[in-house]
Amino acid sequence: MSDTTQNGPMLAADGTPLKRSLNRALRRQKLRALMLIAPLLIFVLVTFIAPIADMLFRSVENQIVSDTLPTATEVLEDWDHTTGAPPGEEVYQALYYDLYLAAEARAHTRLGTRLNYEYTGVSSLFRSTGRGLEDLGEEYQDILEDADDRWGEGAFWYELMTGTGDTDARLVREHRARLQALENARLTGDVGFAPSVEIKELLPQTTFAYTDFAVFTALMDEDVVAEEDPWEGVYAGLAQDLETADLSGYDGPGAEALVAAQQTLAEQAEPINYTAFFESEDKDWVSPDIWATIQTYSSTYTGGYFLNAVDMQLTPDGIEMRPDGQRLYMVLFQRTLFMSLTITLSCILLGYPVAWLLANLPASKANLLMILVLLPFWTSLLVRTSAWKVMLQQQGVINDVLVWLGLVDDAARLVMINNQFGTIVAMTHILLPFMILPLYSVMQGIPPSYLRAAKSLGATNWTAFWRVYFPQSVPGIGAGSILVFILAIGYYITPEIVGGRTGTFISNRIAYHISTSLNWGLAAALGAILLAVVLLLYWAYDRIVGIDNVKLG
Amino acid sequence: MAATSDSEAFVAFERVQKSYDGETLVVKDLNLTMPKGEFLTMLGPSGSGKTTCLMMLAGFETATYGEIKLDGTSINNIPPHKRGIGMVFQNYALFPHMTVAENLSFPLEVRKMGKSEREGKIKRALDMVQMGDFAGRRPTQLSGGQQQRIALARALVFEPELVLMDEPLGALDKQLREHMQFEITRLAHELGITTVYVTHDQTEALTMSDRVAVFNDGRIQQLAAPDTLYEEPENSFVAQFIGENNTLEGVVKEISGNTCTVQLDNGELISARPVNVTEVGQRTQVSIRPERVETNKERLQEGAHLLKAEVLEFVYMGDIFRTRLRVAGNDDFVMKTRNAPDQERLKKGQMVEIGWLPDDCRALDA
Repeated sequence: MSDTTQNGPMLAADGTPLKRSLNRALRRQKLRALMLIAPLLIFVLVTFIAPIADMLFRSVENQIVSDTLPTATEVLEDWDHTTGAPPGEEVYQALYYDLYLAAEARAHTRLGTRLNYEYTGVSSLFRSTGRGLEDLGEEYQDILEDADDRWGEGAFWYELMTGTGDTDARLVREHRARLQALENARLTGDVGFAPSVEIKELLPQTTFAYTDFAVFTALMDEDVVAEEDPWEGVYAGLAQDLETADLSGYDGPGAEALVAAQQTLAEQAEPINYTAFFESEDKDWVSPDIWATIQTYSSTYTGGYFLNAVDMQLTPDGIEMRPDGQRLYMVLFQRTLFMSLTITLSCILLGYPVAWLLANLPASKANLLMILVLLPFWTSLLVRTSAWKVMLQQQGVINDVLVWLGLVDDAARLVMINNQFGTIVAMTHILLPFMILPLYSVMQGIPPSYLRAAKSLGATNWTAFWRVYFPQSVPGIGAGSILVFILAIGYYITPEIVGGRTGTFISNRIAYHISTSLNWGLAAALGAILLAVVLLLYWAYDRIVGIDNVKLG
Repeated sequence: MAATSDSEAFVAFERVQKSYDGETLVVKDLNLTMPKGEFLTMLGPSGSGKTTCLMMLAGFETATYGEIKLDGTSINNIPPHKRGIGMVFQNYALFPHMTVAENLSFPLEVRKMGKSEREGKIKRALDMVQMGDFAGRRPTQLSGGQQQRIALARALVFEPELVLMDEPLGALDKQLREHMQFEITRLAHELGITTVYVTHDQTEALTMSDRVAVFNDGRIQQLAAPDTLYEEPENSFVAQFIGENNTLEGVVKEISGNTCTVQLDNGELISARPVNVTEVGQRTQVSIRPERVETNKERLQEGAHLLKAEVLEFVYMGDIFRTRLRVAGNDDFVMKTRNAPDQERLKKGQMVEIGWLPDDCRALDA
């Protein structure tokens, strides 16, 4: 239309741009279509996507260190591991009170297990030290109680700590948050205690320890704080505070008892030394390596699990390969990839002729053959795998037949199970239908006239097949291969049963970390790498063959 | 149609039989010879055995009995790829994963032809079907008619002496089909190729062929040039199958040379030309083409027989009028008259007298 003067976008009858008008008209249809799939979408999101996302998140999540040792990691930040000297007294002091609360909450062993992944021996260190923490406070408790009975009374302590003036509710909130992070739960309820501002200034460490005690007693034990005797750790705090505290200006509750206690401790007790205490518990505590590990893993997120999953580790000096003896996962990944590829290839070789027969036999015979192909689907996976065990084992059917035929000596029966061979044979058999079905559906769509045309043009049977039929069946091979490969790479049950030691997959290791070693972070990292490898191969396949060429039916 | 082993015959079927299940014959005793350069069409309803014959000639089916000869030598045991016969398939069978040029190159490559020679031949073949600009396209990017041309070019590119075509125009619309009919016959005659063409479309058969073999029930019912086939059908099947045809049933009363008298079922006597009636008392179908029926007595010669007819339907079709009549108890008697100024337009229910020349009226088997 040459006489048209309008140069802008096409307009609908009411003057709105045609594109917008069309979008509006289609939106209702799209929404209605979305409503239809909404139940499935929600189901998938809730039961599939969300758990996977949560699981993958675990592969980088590392809050346990800072949750369990919040003050110690904070103080440790200033320490330089390269000096080769252990950190100063203030770190040990913070560690003592962090660990004390963690031990009461029984969370210190969890941290020990976590750090044990990175530094062997940390687990037992934490466990044994957790048991001995009370000893330090008990020493001062005994001295104080001998001097004045009131130091052993919960009510006296409560009165002392609450004071008469202003109270600091913020500190209680902070300590409640500390406990919540440790327990991994939301704790509600009234603590029934708040330290006085005056006593907090005067006895900071005592207040810190007592607040921990009060929060734990009220929220976890659900007891009344005023009726309970404080933890031994509180006495350690008091001993430390009284070493330097200037009590002359204090006239609140228990003022005279504090003055007496300061006197008593100065006469009878050694000055408190946290470093010496930890060293006496276990001399590993003064090893800079432990502290370097804690410092390295004190951040909230870590790549440590991923490094571990590729046989590397994050040391205070940076990323490095693990020692030879500890390398495990790269070999497993390589083996998983190699075996999955071998299985896919065997499935192509075995499945292609069967699919061809299926597509070219008359319907009645093809149906019978189809039933034979599908039969394994109707049999339990465990039964099929166990059947291969019966077939392949050294006293099994195949070996018996070979010995009977005289092909194999009775003393030298073939080892065909509990190794890679066994896994490949059993998994090829199990996954074969996933290759045959897409191949069959693609081959059914190739009219026989193509082969005839090729032959009429002068091609031999082989040329006609290779240059005309085969290229058209490639989408089927692609679809089958993707299906088989992705199923194989994550297979678990069959390698577990017939794989032995050399025929297991990475998935077996993931299962081990999920259910036995409980190292979920590493399991998640391994799973994430597996997922990445599959997506990468998928992408490569799309680039090389084109995903549009895949036909599943 | 005797079983001659004529040395002129380029293609010959000799007493060929074919059975798929060992119980029924799909092709019964087929004898056919074709000279070089002929365009022969196998025409028949589906299941008549025409495609089976083509497939036997191409080598995709083996003859159960009999011999098929190509240029004097038996090809029964020669595999299809060594027969050197070009073939165009019903659905074109262009290889979808190859471009047009690659499709055409395929038969040349398997013949181990050099690259430059191949390119020359491909270009010539594509130009021949006016598709020179489409060498780089894939078959799916082409329209039906274009695919048809490429299929034709591919069947011709390796210069076979015999080309088989299996209902190649079946998927095209009417206009394109008519155009391609013309193209194919032009090419076949220009290149002097012997062509066997299979179709169930009688118009196609009549317009394209030098000779037409009408198949039914595994046998060739008649093998003749198109005009002979239309005007002188040898039996009632051919008369019915080729073109539109009116039949009146009756009994032969008298035969004398080139004419016979038939008593129709309503008792009327008409004269007809006896074609395959031999004796008096035999039942017969009398066949008259609709366009040979006349109502205008001035156009009829002396001695034309007149019958009473009632107009049941009158259809105006532009160039002609198509009138359905009730004649001698037959409600489907059709008359086609040319749209001329003096031609009367009949009304439904009107009684008319119709007639035809005895020569146009053929007494066939019942």
